[in-house]
Amino acid sequence: MEKGKGIMGSGRRWAVHFSDNSTAPSSRDIPDPPGFARASVDQDDSTVSRQKKDAESNWKSQKAWEVAQAPFKNLLMMGFMMWMAGNTVHLFSIGITFSALWQPISALQGVGKVFEPYKDNKVDLLGPKLLFIALNLGGLALGVWKLNTLGLLPTHASDWVSSLPPAQEVEYSGGGIPL
Amino acid sequence: MAIRSFFLFILFFSSSLSPVFSLYEDQVGLMDWHQQYIGKVKQAVFSSQRAGRKRVVVSTEENVIASLDLRHGEIFWRHLLGADDVIDGIDIGLGKYVITLSSGGSILRSWNLPDGQMVWESSLQGPKLSKSFLLVPTNLKFDKDNVLVVFSNGRLHAISCIDGEVLWKKDFEAESFEVQQVIQPPGSDLIYVVGFAASYQFEMYQINAKNGELLKHESASFSSGFSGEVSLVSTETVVALDSTGSILLTISFQDGKISSQQTPISNLVEDSLGLAVIIPSSVSGIFAIKTDAVTVFIRVIGEGKLEVVEKTTHEIAVSDALSISEDQQAFALIQHASSEIHLTVKLAHDWDGNLLKESVKMDWQRGLVHKVFINNYIRTDRSYGFRVLIVMEDHSLLLLQQGEIVWSREDGLASIIDVTTSELPVERNGVSVAKVEHNLFEWLKGHMLKLKGTLMLASPEDMAAIQSMRLKSSEKSKMTRDHNGFRKLLIVLTRAGKLFALHTGDGRIVWSHLLRSLHKSEACQSPIGLNLYQWQVPHHHAMDENPSVLVVSRCGPSSDTPGVLSFVDTYTGKELSSLSLDHAVVQVIPLPYTDSTEQRLHLLINADKHAHLYPKTSEALSIFKREFLNIYWYSVEDQNGIIKGHALKCKCTGEVADEFCFDTRDLWSVVFPSESEKIVATVTRKLNEVVHTQAKVVADQDVMYKYISRNLLFVATVAPKGSGEIGSVTPEESWLVAYLIDTVTGRILHRVTHHGSQGPVHAVFSENWVVYHYFNLRAHRYEMSVIEIYDQSRADNKDVWKLVLGKHNLTSPISLFSRPEVITKSQSYFFTHSLKAIAVTSTAKGITSKQLLLGTIGDQVLALDKRFLDPRRTVNPTQAEKEEGIIPLTDSLPIIPQSYVTHALRVEGLRGIITVPAKLESTTLVFAHGVDLFFTQLAPSRTYDSLTEDFSYALLLITIVALVAAIFVTWRLSERKELQEKWR
Repeated sequence: MEKGKGIMGSGRRWAVHFSDNSTAPSSRDIPDPPGFARASVDQDDSTVSRQKKDAESNWKSQKAWEVAQAPFKNLLMMGFMMWMAGNTVHLFSIGITFSALWQPISALQGVGKVFEPYKDNKVDLLGPKLLFIALNLGGLALGVWKLNTLGLLPTHASDWVSSLPPAQEVEYSGGGIPL
Repeated sequence: MAIRSFFLFILFFSSSLSPVFSLYEDQVGLMDWHQQYIGKVKQAVFSSQRAGRKRVVVSTEENVIASLDLRHGEIFWRHLLGADDVIDGIDIGLGKYVITLSSGGSILRSWNLPDGQMVWESSLQGPKLSKSFLLVPTNLKFDKDNVLVVFSNGRLHAISCIDGEVLWKKDFEAESFEVQQVIQPPGSDLIYVVGFAASYQFEMYQINAKNGELLKHESASFSSGFSGEVSLVSTETVVALDSTGSILLTISFQDGKISSQQTPISNLVEDSLGLAVIIPSSVSGIFAIKTDAVTVFIRVIGEGKLEVVEKTTHEIAVSDALSISEDQQAFALIQHASSEIHLTVKLAHDWDGNLLKESVKMDWQRGLVHKVFINNYIRTDRSYGFRVLIVMEDHSLLLLQQGEIVWSREDGLASIIDVTTSELPVERNGVSVAKVEHNLFEWLKGHMLKLKGTLMLASPEDMAAIQSMRLKSSEKSKMTRDHNGFRKLLIVLTRAGKLFALHTGDGRIVWSHLLRSLHKSEACQSPIGLNLYQWQVPHHHAMDENPSVLVVSRCGPSSDTPGVLSFVDTYTGKELSSLSLDHAVVQVIPLPYTDSTEQRLHLLINADKHAHLYPKTSEALSIFKREFLNIYWYSVEDQNGIIKGHALKCKCTGEVADEFCFDTRDLWSVVFPSESEKIVATVTRKLNEVVHTQAKVVADQDVMYKYISRNLLFVATVAPKGSGEIGSVTPEESWLVAYLIDTVTGRILHRVTHHGSQGPVHAVFSENWVVYHYFNLRAHRYEMSVIEIYDQSRADNKDVWKLVLGKHNLTSPISLFSRPEVITKSQSYFFTHSLKAIAVTSTAKGITSKQLLLGTIGDQVLALDKRFLDPRRTVNPTQAEKEEGIIPLTDSLPIIPQSYVTHALRVEGLRGIITVPAKLESTTLVFAHGVDLFFTQLAPSRTYDSLTEDFSYALLLITIVALVAAIFVTWRLSERKELQEKWR
């Protein structure tokens, strides 16, 4: 995996190709040595590289799918943690809930970056990306649901009126028992 | 929003973990202070010199008997008798018993002089009401037992000084006989009882002191009659004034024979003006009469001949006689002269010679000398020295000796009428009023001590030093406003008409001012201070304008005498101005409007129900005109059982055109049937109370809307039969009815009857609830009830989206004429104590939960969480309700000993509890006053918005420094490591 990265990645600056791949004989001054069949070599070469590329892209898409599925494990773990944390508000449950909310959000922000290594013309990343996003959204939903069960979501009327000041009265009256 | 509710949750948790609020022993005196007073001294008796420590025993108008240290004026011991147990006389018997006669002469008690323990008490009955006299003859013995002579309720008693047993008694049953003097000539076994019968007959009874036998009864009639008191000039001569007040009658009853002499006052004083009165004094041979302008001292020279010895126009006070040797009597005389008082001590028979003449500088804020008590001591050169105890117009008590004020007590503070508060000046650079900085060395020493204390290295002496340092921390007694709003001025008005400003930090008197408008004057005969109001509270111009208070007073006890307004600057105590009104003041209504100088508009209602607007400026008038139609007022006529509502009509019609005077008209009236209901208590919300929210979130996130109205009046009525003392009626014929009345429309919003209950009712109204305390005759226990009132018409505002978008009318102004749909919830609980006062904590924003402050019969203040008085309490609350903080219902309210706000102290004669919000939302300032004063800070939900006093700032600082250092170190390390990584 490391090697693949080394070749494919941005590490390559320059290269000397000792094999001349040009097929047009007219471009060369020196004729081919006798017995050398250029076409066969060319053909051979290209099939090998194509095969290589295919394998690579296959491998890439496989990896991309793997990466896309990774949040699922996370999701399960989160669910377990949340179940452990219980439904009362205290430091532990708050911490878990907020991390459950934060992880998917940060993951969603970095969707492009996560799938960048697997970017290729031939690899279709849309599927894994969508899966990744969907799973993370699922995680987010789980977090929100947890927040709701903790009663920290302003979904009730009481959350919106609890700081309403009392209504002003138009009339004013004073008095009492004579001094 | 969610975070806020989360914080509220945390808040609730922190408070529910320890609902008991209490303090540690070493925190006593940090936030609170307690001052002990006795009230205006009525009578003082100096203990004889044989007793070890010099002391004086006093009785006061607050019904206190106290023994004071003559050296420093401190209280040795003190007893507060009940409010209806008025002290008539005190004396010292046998040199070791303090004898008090009280309750109109019907209770005689003896107290041990050194420690104030009661020795005996006897109850004296008699045939009819009369004046009462207490005599402690020094040489009247009866079987080796000293005898007390008491005349009370028309009966003469001789009582044993040892055990209070009545030795003999003699009734004076003659219908019209009014006793004037009881005389026991020293060295004889006779008692003279002299008095008037049918107001023109002089009666003299001579009684054998051994057995109460009537020896002689003489009477003589005087056609001109008598007026006022008689003055005793010798053991067998009295002086009285005739009914016109212009002729002096000298009556002597030597050897049982009555002889008399009439002398017109005009013979003695040429320019006698107006009615004369005799100043009571016991100096033999001399008496004084006082007319409006002059005081005349007159000597009796044998055979009823009178001679003027001195005539003075100064204000004067005379002491009783003090016998300094067998046949010599001395008395003290005090005369006022501008800023000084002149004290002279004279011998009774020698007017011209002065034993002592001293001048003492006297603060004119103390007013006139009202009473003088004289005492002598023997100097080192065996001559007589004199000290005098003087009672001033402002009820303060001073001891003068050798031309100096040895000590003074501000006992006017024992009778506070009204309290308000004022902010202190804003701190300006370099203009701090009190400079309380000490030098660097002491500062360092203090911090070293504190560090030692933290590290537990301090010795007991060090601990004491730390404690005393904490107690007199200069921070809390500064004369500037603080960030938390703990430092304020308590402005108190006393019965003497003096205004005091007390600092909340340590309770010291910042200034005091005897109101000039409360001085006696031609126009204003007996001025009485009534109430205090905040007149001007500058917020916008806090730097350059001083707040001021309005003192409303009246020229006499009846409600139709003209009123007087005075405006007093609360920073300096200067009287800014005073207004003598030409109308009476029956009610003062502070309006919720202020003018551009932030003076509050006040409406004064006079006896004819005309409303007068103050301040009398055109601006105030224009503000008032704008709100004219929305201003109403109501009057509670508790005698007639009527509550009336009024509206303003138009400008006053009649005599003078006064554009600040308005006619009013009656709008509504609630008439309680006089045969079944009598008003005993009315209470409204405090005008300055702040309510944070109109919604109450109940279990399962449901909302109830509080019915919050400033115009709600709680009225409690009882059956007229049951208005007497507890237990005087059967439960069947006694009931208590509680009403909630809208004072704008007169609508009765709620009415509840408690059968078999009785007053006295103490109630407090706050937000949307009222709590009241009464006696349940059936259960033989005190009860407290709570009524909460909710607005049902708002209850369907439940659509979250409307609320999110603000499409609701919950905060739009409402008119009380639109019919409110209210529901009430109420609940009752038993309570152990009977109450003297009840109040509720108030905070700056009204977010903090509330505590009820109950002034118990034991003169303590008990804090009780409002959660105990929640009508939604049930026996088995659901889980959600428990989470909300609802306490399972019990039949009685718990009294948690740690929640006594006054901890170990007592506020003797507790009359009122005042709560003032501090700037810090969690904290409220509590001031309880009676004969004593007590002040403290309370945090009903603990101080959730500030660190506690014992928070270790040093530890926090060290932690922060250590963390910062660690951050730097690790940063450097990680940088280096990164570099190495890169080189690899």
